[in-house]
Amino acid sequence: MAAAAMSYAHADVENLKATELRLGLPGAEESDKMPTPPSTPRAGNKRALAGDLREEEPKTAPPAAKAQVVGWPPVRSYRKSCFQQQSTKSKVSAPAPEKKQEEVAVAAVVAPPAAAGSAGSLYVKVSMDGAPYLRKIDLKMYKGYRELREALESMFLGFSGDASSVNPSDFAVTYEDKDGDLMLVGDVPFEMFMSTCKRMRIMKGSEARGLGSSKE
Amino acid sequence: MSTTAPTPHPCPIPQPLPPPPIPSHSSSSSSPASGMSEAAEEPDSPPTHMSEDSSSSGDRWTPDLRGGNGGGPRSAPPDQVLENVLESVLEFLTAARDRNAASLVCRSWYRAEAQTRRELFIGNCYAVSPGRAVERFGGVRSVVLKGKPRFADFSLVPEGWGAYVQPWVAAMGRAYPRLERICLKRMTVTDDDLALVAQSFPLFKELSLVCCDGFSTLGLAIIAERCRHLKVLELIENSVEDEEDALVDWISKFPVSNTSMESLMFDCVGVPFNFEALEALVARSPSLRRLRVNHHVSLEQLRRLMARAPQLTHLGTGSFRSDAPEGGGMSVSELVPSFAASRSIVCLSGFREVNPEYLPAIYPVCGNLTSLNFSFASLNADDLIPVIRQCHKLQTFWVLDTVGDEGLRAVAETCSDLRELRVFPLDATEDSDGSVSDVGLQAISEGCRKLEYILYFCQRMTNTAVIAMSKNCPDLVVFRLCIMGRRRPDRITGEPMDEGFGSIVMNCKKLTRLSVSGLLTDKAFTYIGKYGKLIKTLSLAFSGDSDLSLQYLFEGCTRLQKLEVRDSPFSDKGLLSGLDSFYNMRFLWMNSCSLTTRGCREVAQRMPNLVVEVIREQDEMETENVDKVYLYRSLAGARSDKPKFVKVL
Repeated sequence: MAAAAMSYAHADVENLKATELRLGLPGAEESDKMPTPPSTPRAGNKRALAGDLREEEPKTAPPAAKAQVVGWPPVRSYRKSCFQQQSTKSKVSAPAPEKKQEEVAVAAVVAPPAAAGSAGSLYVKVSMDGAPYLRKIDLKMYKGYRELREALESMFLGFSGDASSVNPSDFAVTYEDKDGDLMLVGDVPFEMFMSTCKRMRIMKGSEARGLGSSKE
Repeated sequence: MSTTAPTPHPCPIPQPLPPPPIPSHSSSSSSPASGMSEAAEEPDSPPTHMSEDSSSSGDRWTPDLRGGNGGGPRSAPPDQVLENVLESVLEFLTAARDRNAASLVCRSWYRAEAQTRRELFIGNCYAVSPGRAVERFGGVRSVVLKGKPRFADFSLVPEGWGAYVQPWVAAMGRAYPRLERICLKRMTVTDDDLALVAQSFPLFKELSLVCCDGFSTLGLAIIAERCRHLKVLELIENSVEDEEDALVDWISKFPVSNTSMESLMFDCVGVPFNFEALEALVARSPSLRRLRVNHHVSLEQLRRLMARAPQLTHLGTGSFRSDAPEGGGMSVSELVPSFAASRSIVCLSGFREVNPEYLPAIYPVCGNLTSLNFSFASLNADDLIPVIRQCHKLQTFWVLDTVGDEGLRAVAETCSDLRELRVFPLDATEDSDGSVSDVGLQAISEGCRKLEYILYFCQRMTNTAVIAMSKNCPDLVVFRLCIMGRRRPDRITGEPMDEGFGSIVMNCKKLTRLSVSGLLTDKAFTYIGKYGKLIKTLSLAFSGDSDLSLQYLFEGCTRLQKLEVRDSPFSDKGLLSGLDSFYNMRFLWMNSCSLTTRGCREVAQRMPNLVVEVIREQDEMETENVDKVYLYRSLAGARSDKPKFVKVL
C-alpha cells in the first residue's frame, strides 16, 4: 500500500533513533521517549506550545544529547508558561545557567505569534525523482511527520503508477537543510525540521534503496 | 454489566456498591486554611470557607409529631416521625465519609441521608452518571467535581480526552434550582456551560475553577453579570483561552448592585482588563477578604486597591512592578504605608514580575503572615532572606529553587511553625543546575519540626537527608520529592534512594500521600508496601526493577486510592496483581510501562465495574502495546463522550 511508501512513520523515527551513533552508557537512554510532536495541542494552553519548543531544544553538551521527556519533571504547563512570559520582560538578573533558557524562551515566545498567522506559512518545494513537475507545500499546515507523510502521498501517488506496485524501500524522503546538506526526513523533532528545511526531495530508485526502508 | 449487584470479591473494606468516592476531610487541611488552595496539593476536601450552616434547608422539613403516617400505602415507611427526626439529625453530619456510612445502615437512613446531603463530592466525573447522582441526592446546594487524571497537567493526556462539565450542569440545572456553589477541577468548561450555570441557578453564590480549560473572558463576563448573588469567584491555574481581538472586559460586567463579593481570584486570567472597574468593585465590596489580581496590575494600581480594601486577609499582588519607566515610578517608602495599613493580611502571593527593590514594602505585614507564595517570582537568596527573616509565623511557604540551600536555612531558622513547604524549579529540565539540594532539605528538617507537607524539586539528594527528615518531622502527611534527573542515585554514596524513602514510610506514621523519584529498586517498594498503611495517593516515575514492586504495593497499601505510574518496568503481570485492589481505588494511571492490550483486556473482563481506557496519541495507530491506560471504578460504564483515540476495553 502506498501508505507504507513513505517510510518515516512514527515507529520508524524511533527505530532510526536506535541506530543513531551517540555517546553515553548503554541503557542510559532506555526510556528516552521521542518527544511527541509539540504541535499536538496540549490542554488548550497556547503558551504551552512555546514551552514544548523549549523542551525540544536538543542539548548538545556531553553526555549524549538526551531527548527531553514529555511531562518530566512534573511541573504544570501553567507554571512553565508563566515563566516564559516573565523571562521576556524580566529585568531581574538571573544566574548564568538560566540565561540560556531565557534566550531560548524569548525566541520561543516570539515564535508563536509568527506561527499564528502574521509571518504565516513555510512553503518549501518538493520534488520527486521522475515526476514531471515539483510541488510546493506549507510545512506549517502539518502537525507532525505523519500528517506530512500523508500529504506527500496524496500529492505524489499518481506519479508512481498504481498504489500496489509501490515498494516502500524504493523511496526515501529527504530534505536540504540550512547548510545545504541532504538529510533524511524524520531524524529530528518536527519543529526543528520545520525550521531547518529548505526544500524536500523524494528519492527513488537505486539511490534510495535501503535508506528509507523501515524495520517492520 | 451489572451496576447494582454487590461486588462479590473479597476486599478489605466491605462495600455493597462502589460508592461515590469518599473524600477525606482531613483535620489538617492546611491548604484551604491558608487560603492558597493550589490545585494539586489539596486534600480531597474542596477549597472551602463556606459556612457549614444547615439552617438554609430548614424550610424542607416540618416536624410531624402526630405519630403514624396518616394511612399511606403499605410500602411507605411505617414511621414518618422517625424519618423526619432522622433527617434533622443527619443534617448535622457534614463529612461525606460519615454520610456514606450512615447511608448504609438501612433503607430509611439511606433515604434520609440522600435528602439531607448538601454537598456532593464526585472525585471522578465518570464514576457515576449525572442523572443517577441527582436522582439520589435531592437537596444538594454545593457540588465538587473532578475530571481529568492529574497527569493531564503534564501534557500526558491528549487534548479532547473528556471531562466535560456540560452534562452535569444540564442535569443539575433541572434538579437543583437552589444550587449555590460549584467547584470544578481539571474539567473542560465552555462559555456556554457558564451561561447555563448563570441561567439555571438564581441563588448561585460561589464558583471555583481549578486547572480547568475551555472558557474565555466571555464566560466570565456572563457569570459576573448574571449571578446577582455572587460572593466567590476563584480562578486558579486555569487555561483561559482568548483570541486577541475577542477579549471581553468582564470585570466591568459586575453589576453595581453586587456589593457582596468576598473572594475574587483571577491571577490566571492573563489578559488586560478595565482597572477602574475593578477598583470600583473593590470599593463597593465591604466583605471582600481575598483578592488575587493578575500581572497586569502594577504597584501603583495595587496601592489604590489596597486603599479601598484595608480589610483584606489574602492578597495576590499582581506584577509587583512599577508601571513607570526605569527609575520614574514611586519609591519604596511610598508603598510601605499601604502594607502598614493592612493589618489583616495573613496570605501574600503574586509577585509575578517582581522588582526586588520594592520587597521591603511588605515588611509591615511579614510578622503576621501565615502564608507566603513566591513561587512565581524569580528572586535569589539575597532578595528573599531579608523577607524570610521577618516571617516568624509562617506556616505555608511556596518558593522557587532560586532560594537556594542558604535561603532554606534561613527558613529553618526563622519559621519554626512551618507546616507546608513547596520548592519549585525555575528551570524545569533534567540537566539544569539545581540550586537546592539535600543540604537544604536537611536544614528544613532540623528547623521545621512541625512540617506536614513538603514538595521539593532538586537535582541532588542523599538518603541521609531524607532519613533525617523522616525522623525530625514525624507529622508529615504528604512527602513529594522530585529528583529531576531520572533514576539519579544518592549523590554521595551512589546508592539507590531506597533507604531514604523507606525511612519516610517507616517513621512518618501519618503519611497519606507519597511521590517518589531517583534511583529506586524493588526494595523501596517492599518498604512502602510494608509500612505505608495509610497511603492513599502514590506517584511513581522511572522507578522499580520488576513487577514485584507493583505486587508489594497492591498487597501492602490497603488504603491505596490513587496510583499514578509512568516509565517504569511493569508488565501485565504487575497490573494483574492489583485486581483485588481496583474496586477500592478511585483510579490507576499507567503510562510508558510495558503493558499490552491483552493484559488490559483481561483486567476489563474480570472486573465488570471497572472502566479500562487505553489512550493513544491523537494520530497514533492501535498496537498491541499499550502506552497509556487509565482505569477507574464506575457505576456508569463506558462513557459515551470518548474521543477516537480512547478505547474502552
